[in-house]
Amino acid sequence: MTILVIAEHDGKVLAPATLNTVAAAAKIGGDIHVLVAGQGIGAIAEAAAKIAGVAKVLVADNAAYAHQLPENVAPLVAELGAGYSHILAAATSNGKNILPRVAAQLDVDQISEIVSVESADTFKRPIYAGNAIATVQSTAPIKVITVRATGFDPVAADGGSASVEAVGAVHDAGTSSFVGEELAKSDRPELTAAKIVVSGGRGMQNGDNFKHLYALADKLGAAVGASRAAVDAGFVPNDMQVGQTGKIVAPQLYIAVGISGAIQHLAGMKDSKVIVAINKDEEAPIFQVADYGLVADLFEAVPELEKLV
Amino acid sequence: MKVLVAVKRVVDYNVKVRVKADNSGVDLANVKMSMNPFCEIAVEEAVRLKEKGVATEIIVVSIGPTTAQEQLRTALALGADRAILVESAEDLTSLAVAKLLKAVMDKEQPQLVILGKQAIDSDNNQTGQMLAALTGYGQGTFASKVEVAGDKVAVTREVDGGAQTVSLSLPAIITTDLRLNEPRYASLPNIMKAKKKPLEVLTPEALGVSTASTNKTLKVEAPAARSAGIKVKSVAELVEKLKNEAKVI
Repeated sequence: MTILVIAEHDGKVLAPATLNTVAAAAKIGGDIHVLVAGQGIGAIAEAAAKIAGVAKVLVADNAAYAHQLPENVAPLVAELGAGYSHILAAATSNGKNILPRVAAQLDVDQISEIVSVESADTFKRPIYAGNAIATVQSTAPIKVITVRATGFDPVAADGGSASVEAVGAVHDAGTSSFVGEELAKSDRPELTAAKIVVSGGRGMQNGDNFKHLYALADKLGAAVGASRAAVDAGFVPNDMQVGQTGKIVAPQLYIAVGISGAIQHLAGMKDSKVIVAINKDEEAPIFQVADYGLVADLFEAVPELEKLV
Repeated sequence: MKVLVAVKRVVDYNVKVRVKADNSGVDLANVKMSMNPFCEIAVEEAVRLKEKGVATEIIVVSIGPTTAQEQLRTALALGADRAILVESAEDLTSLAVAKLLKAVMDKEQPQLVILGKQAIDSDNNQTGQMLAALTGYGQGTFASKVEVAGDKVAVTREVDGGAQTVSLSLPAIITTDLRLNEPRYASLPNIMKAKKKPLEVLTPEALGVSTASTNKTLKVEAPAARSAGIKVKSVAELVEKLKNEAKVI
């Protein structure tokens, strides 16, 4: 068995989710190869070669793969992947965008967002917003899988010494082009990788009040997230959304402030180790999953909490 | 321009689902079913394209049981012109659905296909991308903005770090994110009118599509329950517990 892992990157650095995906590959067992596709990605390939447990890094460096447009990258992965037993990618927006296109090209069903490896062909994944866990077996000759990063502890980012091999194949479908991007700027840790996450909901009342959460987060070295209600109300940008339709997090500590705890939100955070809820409504469903609940006005509790930690 | 919209009948998003005692699946008997929320957004976007004069005809298609006709009627009441049901009693995988949608596309030749980004039951997030692969068309997934200009469509996509805009040649496949629009409600007169709009029923056999799958669900379990927590009385007590009991700060 040889497993192909698609490296997750933004064109500049290798994303930590790659390490979790390699961890899932290691659980399956077999040689692990990593594909880095993009343009001007030498440094990313070097970083990939250092990942513990990786045997080979394939580098497809071409203008056609810049911004990882799926119309061009999927045919590359399908062509290379034909020789592998498994193709894995992180369940990030890139992985979700590209991998189903690969699966269809290979004419196999995909398994999305696995949280555990039972055997080389059997995996567990959440369905119905995490309200049920399905055990799925694949009989496909090539198993195409996206990995939920929070389901696997990352492997070490160094210690490996994989060989690096250039891939010459160029696929340019010519059906799509990159126009531009607008990335949210943040100095805080990345939401999906943070050890502590502080999230605000509709109870924050406006975007300005999120400053209380930022102050607390900075003191804790935490990332700041939000519920869909807070995003829809325009308090904060969409990439801060935690939930079924946003990001899935599983930090050591999740502090939910002014969040009622709808099932779509819980789907994104209920695997956190410790959950704290601060809400003035003691009937709020969030208290049913919280390890520590505090019924209080958040505008008093959050500044006090910031002082005490 | 002809627009094809795919909709799925799913358990209503407000329902707290229960796993069956024999672990064969989720209990859907006597549970409220609705149109998948992302599909509602797809229908709304198609209707807005028609209102702008970009789309000339909206065809809504669903693949599923006979009862999925209810969701097709809903889409017709929201502004779709006609509906197609590909009737199948089995639980189909995303790949099988994509193959059936491709067969419907071959018949109808739409310029734009809009789907939701994921169904809230299987949470797969695959069908749109697979349909794009099977047709060879460009894909604009997780769309938060769609602008058709000439033979191109500019799609702003929600990505992990923010937003990305791509330009796709038509025909193209788009999947909707929550931010794309706010779906309208169907008015009573429109619900009545929708009953008279055409609804064609097809089968996978008639379309010549095999729905065989390489995935098999062995069992479905309830997730591990979290043990009940405690309510603290003050912020000071909370900090003390986090430091000394949970040891997370």
